[in-house]
Amino acid sequence: MKGFRRMAPSAYVWLLLGGLYFFIPLLATLLFSLKSNQTGKCCTLASYGWVIHNGDFWHTLKVSFLLALETIAVSLLIFVPTIYWVHLRLPRLRPVIAFLALIPFVVPPIVMVVGLLKFYKGSPEWFYAQPWGFLVAAYVILAFPYMFFSLDAGFRAIDVHTLTEASNSLGASWPVTLVKVILPNIRAAALAGSFLTLAIVMGEFTIANLSAFHTFPLFLQYVNETQAYPAAALTLMSFAITWAAMLSLLFVGRKRGARASVIAGAR
Amino acid sequence: MLSTFSGVAANFGGIPLAFAFIATLGSIGIVTQFLQNQLHFNIYQHNFSLFTKTGVEIVYLYFQLPLMILVISPAIDGLKREWREAASNLGAKPWQFWRYVGLPVLMPSILGAIILLFGNAFAAYATAYSLTSGAVNLVPIQIGAYYSGNVLDNPHLAQAMAFGMFVVLAVMMLVYIPLQRRAARWAK
Repeated sequence: MKGFRRMAPSAYVWLLLGGLYFFIPLLATLLFSLKSNQTGKCCTLASYGWVIHNGDFWHTLKVSFLLALETIAVSLLIFVPTIYWVHLRLPRLRPVIAFLALIPFVVPPIVMVVGLLKFYKGSPEWFYAQPWGFLVAAYVILAFPYMFFSLDAGFRAIDVHTLTEASNSLGASWPVTLVKVILPNIRAAALAGSFLTLAIVMGEFTIANLSAFHTFPLFLQYVNETQAYPAAALTLMSFAITWAAMLSLLFVGRKRGARASVIAGAR
Repeated sequence: MLSTFSGVAANFGGIPLAFAFIATLGSIGIVTQFLQNQLHFNIYQHNFSLFTKTGVEIVYLYFQLPLMILVISPAIDGLKREWREAASNLGAKPWQFWRYVGLPVLMPSILGAIILLFGNAFAAYATAYSLTSGAVNLVPIQIGAYYSGNVLDNPHLAQAMAFGMFVVLAVMMLVYIPLQRRAARWAK
């Protein structure tokens, strides 16, 4: 069913309508961002200047980016050895983990954060009151499905048993096998999962808002409510982050064994 | 091409998407002002407002449509050309092919996709919150207001509503899993 087929004229009409619906809001945001804050007239880059000279912008961007890096590091540390072990020794557990991975996908963030805040109430201050503790814990759960399905596809594309036996018979220990043999072979899958996680954490609003941590999306929302034209500039920058993460994902996805689910929006 | 684009567009959501629509169809949005200046038609005087249920629906469509394309296109690709030829050899007209072969084969995928999109819209919080500043009565917005609100502080009610949402989504999953299994039967 592949290749070029003749398209009906009505198909072009629908494609055009769909295209307009998807591009007009982006174009409108661009035009909006070029308007002057004082006069509302086109065209000035003042809004972009406002964003770049705003200390809170850099601060929250840094917080969100570090949160994303920490989430990626923790997720990889937990899930790579786990999924490796499941593929090697406990293949019967794979469906169980796949089912568990669906749960954070199905349970909405708003429900999850209410449960997590209740559950962790009374945990130590350094965990509960710090974004590096509580928020990362929540984001690791949120990223679990995406990490799992990326890594799982990666492990399925390689011959785990042969690689492990070859490595062991050459005298390598388990940690050496994992780091020097397995990891380079699933690099594309791990990268894909990491980019998805990055996109999720950089855009996550619900959990951060309800647990009152000041991340980049909260700054974005604050600007939306107070400054119309800079908000447009900031919105485009935020879209650019999503674009960059998704395009990187598509790029590594071309390599072997890195096809992953690509629905990771923060709604 | 279309699926690559859908993959990116399905990920637009939350706060930035809400603002993109405010800049487009809000009261001083680009399209609103264009209609006002060029056609002297003010949509806000004709019962339209972006900050109502209709507005939220228009914005949700922006990520729901690409998601539908992503989910349903593998199923449509799975329709084999031979089935169509076999049907027309047996004298079926195009509508008969769709009525008796195409739609029944696609039905589990379509139902599954509907459930997925339902869950996606049901769970969305950030987009509606940012768009309406919490003015539209959605369950997630209510939970947020009761949990962290200064005026409406009632965390226990929020927890009860969260559990209610969880039950709805659990039922949804119980329907979705068998449907998916059925849909997979026709793949390859």
